[in-house]
Amino acid sequence: MTQAEAIIERCQALYEDLNFTAAREWKAAEPGRKVVGYMPIYVPREILHAGGILPLGVVGGGDQLEVIHGDAYYQSYICRIPRSTIELGVSGRLDFVDGMLFPSICDVIRNLSGMWKLMFPDVYSRYFDVPQNYVDDIGGNYYVNELQELRDGLEEHCGIEITDEALRRSIAVYNENRRLVREVYEFRAGQPWKAPASDVYLLIRAGLVLPVEEHSQLMQDWLAAAEKDERPMRDNCRVVVTGVFCEQPPLNLIKSIELSGCYVVDDDLLLVTRWLKDDVPVEGDPMTNLAHAFLHQSESTAAKYEPDLAEKGQHLVRSVRKNGAEGVIFASPSFCDPALLDRPMLQHTLAAENIPYIAFKYAENSGQMQPIREQAGTFADSIKLWSEA
Amino acid sequence: MTQETQAQGRSAAQDVAKDDSMLKQKAMMARHFDRLTSATERGEKVCSTFVPGNLNELIMCFDLCNNLPEVNAIQSGLRKKSGGYVMEAEKMGHSEDVCTYVKSDIGMMAKGNIAPNGKPFPKPDVLMLSYTGCFTFMKWFELLREQFGCETIMLHTPYEGDGKITDNMRSYMVKQLKEEVIPKLERVSGVKFDIDRLRENLKRSAQAEDDLVKVLQSGKNRRSPIDAYFGGIYYIGPIFGAFRGTDDAIDYYATLRKEVEARLAAGRGPVTPEGDMGEEKYRLVVEGPPNYTSFRHFWKMFYDEGAVVVASSYTKVGGVYDFGFRHDPQNPLETLADYCLGVYTNRSLPQRVDMLTDYVNEYQADGLLINSIKSCNSFSAGQLLMMREVEKRTGKPAAFVESDLVDPRYFSAANIKNRMESYFQMIDQKRPGRGFEGEAA
Repeated sequence: MTQAEAIIERCQALYEDLNFTAAREWKAAEPGRKVVGYMPIYVPREILHAGGILPLGVVGGGDQLEVIHGDAYYQSYICRIPRSTIELGVSGRLDFVDGMLFPSICDVIRNLSGMWKLMFPDVYSRYFDVPQNYVDDIGGNYYVNELQELRDGLEEHCGIEITDEALRRSIAVYNENRRLVREVYEFRAGQPWKAPASDVYLLIRAGLVLPVEEHSQLMQDWLAAAEKDERPMRDNCRVVVTGVFCEQPPLNLIKSIELSGCYVVDDDLLLVTRWLKDDVPVEGDPMTNLAHAFLHQSESTAAKYEPDLAEKGQHLVRSVRKNGAEGVIFASPSFCDPALLDRPMLQHTLAAENIPYIAFKYAENSGQMQPIREQAGTFADSIKLWSEA
Repeated sequence: MTQETQAQGRSAAQDVAKDDSMLKQKAMMARHFDRLTSATERGEKVCSTFVPGNLNELIMCFDLCNNLPEVNAIQSGLRKKSGGYVMEAEKMGHSEDVCTYVKSDIGMMAKGNIAPNGKPFPKPDVLMLSYTGCFTFMKWFELLREQFGCETIMLHTPYEGDGKITDNMRSYMVKQLKEEVIPKLERVSGVKFDIDRLRENLKRSAQAEDDLVKVLQSGKNRRSPIDAYFGGIYYIGPIFGAFRGTDDAIDYYATLRKEVEARLAAGRGPVTPEGDMGEEKYRLVVEGPPNYTSFRHFWKMFYDEGAVVVASSYTKVGGVYDFGFRHDPQNPLETLADYCLGVYTNRSLPQRVDMLTDYVNEYQADGLLINSIKSCNSFSAGQLLMMREVEKRTGKPAAFVESDLVDPRYFSAANIKNRMESYFQMIDQKRPGRGFEGEAA
């Protein structure tokens, strides 16, 4: 086993551990430590980190969790991630978590924040709203105050103090982590045969449960090791995968895309790890810096309003161009309002740029991969056989 | 209900005279659609917006004609056209999983964009994206913007996640109104903003709101003179639509209130499509929107069994007035902010549970019925927990049926009727002195 493979093996063990043992052990290592969970797409983890809290990414139960209780809370036409998250909660797998943050992404996650309040009244639960107005003294002011409310709530509930100085240090730590995540993505786009999409996914996902410093080291080690690994370069086409920003596709789905002849050169998985596209300044007021980074440097995604019609979908076009992709795969969770409502507009933008695409739906527990493999394989073949390049 | 009484009901329906309020509303709606469909030729500009967070008082300040795509989708549903529209949108690439209001609207446009009066709707000059209580709104108007390429104004209403309106939320909204919404409406309309005109509109709103609340709260009486769900949808029409802040709305609600008070004084129950309702056997609180493609069929399942809805959450989706909020002309922008922040679907789940629990208790209901709508995650996600919470807090039985807003494929009459009948039996069983409770006592 190479060093890169050993790192990924560790990441896979973290991924498969639905009891969050690593986070539990981190908490138990010192008295008074706190863990706060968060759901997709984005929360400012710097604020938690600055208070000595471990931010824990909770992105559903995947395909290995048997959902028994969770289905009793949701109708058949609602996506899977809230029901498996409820399952994690009621089965005690999150009983060590001191708080839960529910970011503004859609009505289902929004309402889950209220359900959490009703079901787990002793846990600090907060709906984390973000501005849809991106003007500094309108949406920016609102967001700074929201961040302050979050800070106050965490201080009160966890019995901690979050100082400006600690925040600046945490911003620097997360800047470093985001730089490494971007480096991993760039490495994959440059040499995708050395960075299978499933490996990159597991590596990045480890950052949801590990302390950020440890995750940064892990990525550094992997980058060094993966560069040395010799892997055969296949005659795959290069694709961007989009729509996978909330409910996670099963690992087998990610592998299936690659096995069917597509190198994934960009995606919108686990956006929290690279939501802010540039470093956040460490000088000055940290809350304002975090707010302005959100307003002006954050990723485009379906949960955000795009004020400029001409800009709609251009993030995908840019990703295709920058990463040398030949097509886009729209993989959307069933019943996902943001991904599915956005999809036609994004497809129109791609069509105008003559960028080919396909679309399919999945659930986090999808088991049958053959149709997806056939569809992605046909897409790859069609690109290779008939594309202008 | 026996065959004989059913026949009597039908006969009564043929003879029943429409109430003045019904005739008035019908004429108002006809005038509205005529105004809308002739707006372009008359040089009037059109503003499309949403029912929750509808800023009609402000829109009127700019002489803009208010078009509500949700209402258009409802009209398509009631006229049995939405099914075809939804499928048309799905053919165009819109997912079968998403909101059918959106697909009905987009399908309608693809099929000529014809209003209920048979004339085409005009293109909007501005999309007032009042983003309140429903994620889909944002995508809906991004889709319309793509189609029409017109000015789109986002007014972001923060969600009441912690069950309260904070100063931060209010000032954010006021700032958006002052610095974004109003200047853009001025630019589109060419009309300068006059805050006194807004105050006058708000004053009229508050007057109509007083009467609406009296009407809706008449459901507290035993027997109820209104049906607060099916009938309630007619009652909220003008104030949730293009008439809030107008003299028409004041007249309508004054007339309606008099009629309801007269019914109450006479001991009469609600009006149904088949005339006055018979004996009031079951009093229900209903959560969730109705189904519009089989609206009367659904309603009939209630009144045939003597079930009256005494309070509903859907009649609060365009504004919650029964806990004291009124549009306040003294604080015109702040009151618009508070209105948007307070609409039902912008309230947290615990707040919604509290409201429904209060309704079951204060309106002396026999229980809670949830009509869960496939299209509407804003309403539907979490309703099963809400049902259990309200049951637990009130001790009254609850039931759950599923349908859709305007997609006829998701209305299964036999399944719903079966569940309703079981529910009524459950209520009977749980009544004091009867069934299980009686036995236990």
